[in-house]
This record gives sequence, structure tokens and C-alpha cells, in this order.
Amino acid sequence: MNELTTASQTVGPFVSISFAPSLAGDLTVQGVSGKRVVLHGRVIDGDGAPVGHAAIETWQANAHGKYAHPEDFQEKPLEREFRGFGRVMADERGAYRLVTIEPGCTPGPGGVLQAPHLVVVIFMRGLLKHLTTRVYFPDDTHNAEDPVLKLVPEERRATLIARRVATDANELEWNIVVQGKDETVFFEY
Amino acid sequence: MHDVHSYRKPSPGSQPDYLYPPYKSTVKRAPVQPLVLVPQTLSEITGPVFGRNEIAPLDHDLTRQHQSAPLGERMIVNGRVLDDGGCPVANTLVEIWQSNAAGRYRHADDNHDAPLDPNFTGCGRTLTDDAGRYRFVTIKPGAYPWRNHHNAWRPPHIHFSVFGCGFLQRLVTQMYFPGDPLLALDPMYTCIADERARQRLISSFDWENTVPEFAIAYRFDIVLRGRDATPMEK
Ligand SMILES: [Fe+2]
Repeated sequence: MNELTTASQTVGPFVSISFAPSLAGDLTVQGVSGKRVVLHGRVIDGDGAPVGHAAIETWQANAHGKYAHPEDFQEKPLEREFRGFGRVMADERGAYRLVTIEPGCTPGPGGVLQAPHLVVVIFMRGLLKHLTTRVYFPDDTHNAEDPVLKLVPEERRATLIARRVATDANELEWNIVVQGKDETVFFEY
Repeated sequence: MHDVHSYRKPSPGSQPDYLYPPYKSTVKRAPVQPLVLVPQTLSEITGPVFGRNEIAPLDHDLTRQHQSAPLGERMIVNGRVLDDGGCPVANTLVEIWQSNAAGRYRHADDNHDAPLDPNFTGCGRTLTDDAGRYRFVTIKPGAYPWRNHHNAWRPPHIHFSVFGCGFLQRLVTQMYFPGDPLLALDPMYTCIADERARQRLISSFDWENTVPEFAIAYRFDIVLRGRDATPMEK
């Protein structure tokens, strides 16, 4: 007989008082290897309006494709300085910004490689449970064979791939659309 | 090659849907496209690990973070973080935030006409111990109005954020108090279909952990998704 799982509840409008002291908006501390990327964009609701003060958390492997977690049994190097956890707040215009590194490929189901990606969870007022999604990197040759992307209807895959911003090779834009036109793909597990 | 040790789905009926029109903000924020069901991979069964060195000695005591004690009824809130198989979730980060005794948050956007308390920030964090136990000392939060519907009041509550062992166990919830007449009128509470799942969000008076001449205790256990049987190594 399993215990009943505790219900999710919204973070409400004041979550930043709790999250602000522990934000992690720049994971590229000294000693971390990998290609630096600046991921930014906006959180948008069903009216196409920006969602202010959403909280976004990200989880990723290091540049070698190793997670800083005891259940990652891969023989790949860990980097002490890299936890792999990002936490940022969108501002009042719905804009967020995360500086991190491009992770390496990680193992997927049945030994198939997963393309470099970040797992992303989103919290906001009006969301009774968080949304879970992923962001992938543009022009990565592994994307075509990624076992999770392959399960996403082709016409919606683009919502999971950040766009290169012409002005800066390290800059990537990725909007999170919670509802409506170009709605981001969200996952259940 | 290891298979991932996957997580079970949350208990049926225990979780709210994204869309619950009585809570008005859900109408434009609930996805309309179906969620895409994908396999659990190493990316989701792992998650951030936090260390004891990241927690300051008074992070769990919201009554001792300023020069003087905050106003209000001091209370202890304690409990365990477990998975749905009853196993403790040890060394996991638990964060809380709440209003002060007058029902006001220390946040620039909170314009409820109630006093701020210079001695209360309303935030705490701690790690669970090896038995999954956590404990905070705080003051009882006040009810506060919100603009969802006519004469809408949030029942006194404490927001909880829990990480668990992997990102799939991530949970943000709210703890309520027993016997509160506001609960039945609160869309955040009524959005949960299952009556027993609603009850899970209500703390219980905890005489055993009440400290004489100091503070009443409330108990609030948090149950996260559990895991399937250990996979065989290939
Ligand atoms: Fe609240």
C-alpha cells in the first residue's frame, strides 16, 4: 500500500523572497570547462503577454556529459565547481537570463545518446504544478537522433531548440510559451 | 550499463490539473496542448545535491534572523519527507516562505494594508536528516486577501519547496492549519480532487514536539513520488 503523494501547489506571487537569496544565474565559475552560452528569453502566457516573476530552474550535465549526482555511474570526469543547477527569476517583463556551459551528450534509454540539453522546470503564480521541459542547442548534429526529441511531434520540436542570436555566437534565445500559439512542449514522466 | 531507476507516477487524484477556472490565473497559464509522455532518463532521475555547509545555523529559525523576535504566535513546524513507499528522503533541501503574523509578505508587490514586521523576513531553509526529518521555528502566518474573486482570502499557509533525490521528485506545495474555515472557500485547496489528498496539506497539532513554555508544534509530512523496484544491471 503506497502513501498518497503530497499535492503540488502554486508558488504564488511572492516566491522570489525565498528564491532570490539562492539564485544561480551564472554557472561558469572558474575551473568549469565547456563552451559558455548565454541563454535568455521571455516567459509568455496565453494572451501573448509576458509573465513577470516566474521562477525557472535548470539541471544539466557538465561538458563531459556527467551529472554531479550519485546515480550517475558513468566513468566521466566530475568538476567540483560545477553543480549543474541553475535558478533564475524572470523580471517584471517576463525576461530571464542564464549563463552556463553547453553540456555534453548523456546516455538515454537503451544506450542511445541524448543530445546536449538542459532539463527546465517553471514555476509561477497561476500554475498549480510546475511545468517540465527541455532546451536543446541549435545546429547540434545529435539533435536528429535524440530519443526524447524524436517523441515530440515534428511540427512542435522547434519550441525546444534555442535560437542563435546573430550578434553573438554565445548568445541563445529561448522563449517559454505556456499557452497558445507556439506553445512550448511540456513533458510528463 | 545501468538502467535508470525510474519513479512511479504520483498517486491518482492527488495532483491538481493545470486548468482550474475558479483560480482565475490558471485560465491563461495552463498549457492547452497535451503533455508529451517521455521516458525517464539519467537527466531527470538525477538532480541537485546540496551540502550541510550551504545552510547557515539560523536558516531554520525564522524567529532569530533579526535583532529582536518577530511579533506573532511562535510555532514549530516539523515533519518528515518520505517517498510514497514510506522511505525517508534524507539530506534533501527544504525551503519555506510565508507571510508575517499580520498576513503581509516582505515583498515589494505585496500591497495588502497590513504592517510589515522589521524582525521577520519569512524565509527558511534546512536539510532533512537521515530519517527524512526537518524542523523549523517560525511564527504563525496570517490570512491575507487576494483579488481572485469577491472577498477572497487565503487561509494561513506556509509555502514549501522540496528537491528530493532527483528532478522528478521536485515539489512545491503549501501547508495549512487544522480547522480553518477558509479552506473550503480557497481555490488553491479545492483544486485538489481527492479529499484525502486535500487532507495531506493540512498540518496536525503535534503535542509530542510542542516545547513547554516555548511554542506549539505542528506536524507536516511531505510524500514525494516513489520508485519502482530496482532495475537489474544489464
Ligand atoms: Fe502565500
